[in-house]
Amino acid sequence: MNPAQGERAALVFLVLAAPLPWLVDSGTLVHFGIMVFQAATLGQAWNILGGMGGQFSFGHAAFFGAGAYTTAILQLRFGVDAWSGFFAAILAGAVVALVIGLASFRFGLRGSYFALVTLAFAEVLRILANTLEITGAGVGLLLPLAPGLERLQFADRRGYYLLALFLCAASLLVARAVAGSRLGARLVAVRENEEAASALGVDPFAVKMRAILLSGAMAASVGAFYVQYFLYLDPHIAFGPQVSVEALLGPIVGGPGTVAGPLAGAFLLQLLGEASRALAGGATGANLVVYGIVLILIVRFLPGGLAGLARARAERAGAGS
Amino acid sequence: MTLLGVEHLCVRFGGLTALEDVCLAVDEGEIVAVIGPNGAGKTTLFAAISGFSRPTAGRIRFAGRDVTGLPPHRLCAMGLVRTFQVTRPFADLTVRENIAVGVHLRHRSPRRARALAEGVAERVRLADRLDQPAAALTVAGRKRLELARALATEPRLLLLDEVLAGLNPAEVAEMEPVVRDIRASGVTILLVEHVLQAVMRLSDRVLVLVGGRLAATGTPAEIVRDPAVIEAYLGEGADRLVTAESPRARGA
Repeated sequence: MNPAQGERAALVFLVLAAPLPWLVDSGTLVHFGIMVFQAATLGQAWNILGGMGGQFSFGHAAFFGAGAYTTAILQLRFGVDAWSGFFAAILAGAVVALVIGLASFRFGLRGSYFALVTLAFAEVLRILANTLEITGAGVGLLLPLAPGLERLQFADRRGYYLLALFLCAASLLVARAVAGSRLGARLVAVRENEEAASALGVDPFAVKMRAILLSGAMAASVGAFYVQYFLYLDPHIAFGPQVSVEALLGPIVGGPGTVAGPLAGAFLLQLLGEASRALAGGATGANLVVYGIVLILIVRFLPGGLAGLARARAERAGAGS
Repeated sequence: MTLLGVEHLCVRFGGLTALEDVCLAVDEGEIVAVIGPNGAGKTTLFAAISGFSRPTAGRIRFAGRDVTGLPPHRLCAMGLVRTFQVTRPFADLTVRENIAVGVHLRHRSPRRARALAEGVAERVRLADRLDQPAAALTVAGRKRLELARALATEPRLLLLDEVLAGLNPAEVAEMEPVVRDIRASGVTILLVEHVLQAVMRLSDRVLVLVGGRLAATGTPAEIVRDPAVIEAYLGEGADRLVTAESPRARGA
């Protein structure tokens, strides 16, 4: 399977998945789907910056949390409607991305230094959310249950399922547009060799800033969705390291830098997570142990992720024919 | 008309002086070579001209503008591009995708960039490798790719950092007409090179850098007979390097 076929397969998968909850009556399936789409969208956000651009963020929770708190605070404290809150959340993600991008890319931070700066930002935001009154401090924020499309809440979980699927499809289309554009070509060039790229007229700072703004905005939309779905938020959920890990794990497992990778990775990881939780009898953290093992295996045996495996198979088949 | 002017350029790294009061000018349409022993400051000179390092003192003028301290991508947009001595391919990409990055400087559409990349590949004779991964290229192939990517940015001045180094004599012989064709297409070339025979055949003028200072400038025929240059770098019998007349004398 080549990347273009992977993209098509991912889009077909989403189209086929859309009517599933109406065909199979299962709350577990709906919840599973929501978790997959949510993780895939977050992963796609990371993928644009980390996979295509090679800027490994270890703090995507900063964007996710900024989005989640923005819409929650606007709704609770300022009576703003959920839809406006949702778009404000996306804007907030971009603003946080602007700050992190300026603080790191302006000063040429790369590789592990960039990863550490993003991690630090997420942690600082977590501590702030833990202390400030407006974020509800450690107690967190609870949104009142009030189903209705105008409030972006659904009595029927299938509404959330469709919304998550829509976000996932939108993120996939955005990633596809980026990958097929001049920005995409430049991002990959910066990932492969920043000096060579700048010698060829690419402004690495401008390219990385565009990627992080897009990435931050996308990750924030996932945070805003999370709030609408769970109606509860605390500093650890919003800015905790597990969000950052989830953001990068899916694309790395699925195939970093590929458009279909984050969805494939998220699907596999959620499946493994559910299976391990079931096997461990609901012991908390069992899925994290499995994630760790999967990550080690992928990095050791499949550095290109699932997409790399599919590509290698296609090349073997092509060579054989 | 002077395309590139380097005026009293100094580059110091801490206490070490890499370049001291270097002045040079490259006219439009010329091929000018910079030669000199290892550590003479040739690559440092290139880094300073192409914006990869900031000179300690002195000015760099390009196409009539003071460009001292401008970053590489700005210079590239103005038409000044360099290649790297140690090739830096985008290893995960195909040859076509590599070249397309350069084409994108002047052409936004990815489809057009990939199409134009073909023509550039033909100019450096890489057309048969367009869809191979860059990582699979030989040393000679990688040198051509460096050249192709730089050409793809449609430069006015091309800085070639040892494009012939590491090639065998047959590969050098194949590369020489490529460089000549590039000049014939209207691109001015400043090159750093160790392969002296090729330098003498290709260049209109040669600059000799020794210990960070400009020791001599002249036509290849003048340089190989310059006692100071023979003493510092070339050694006895250097005039045998000039087997034919210099290209300028031939009116090339």
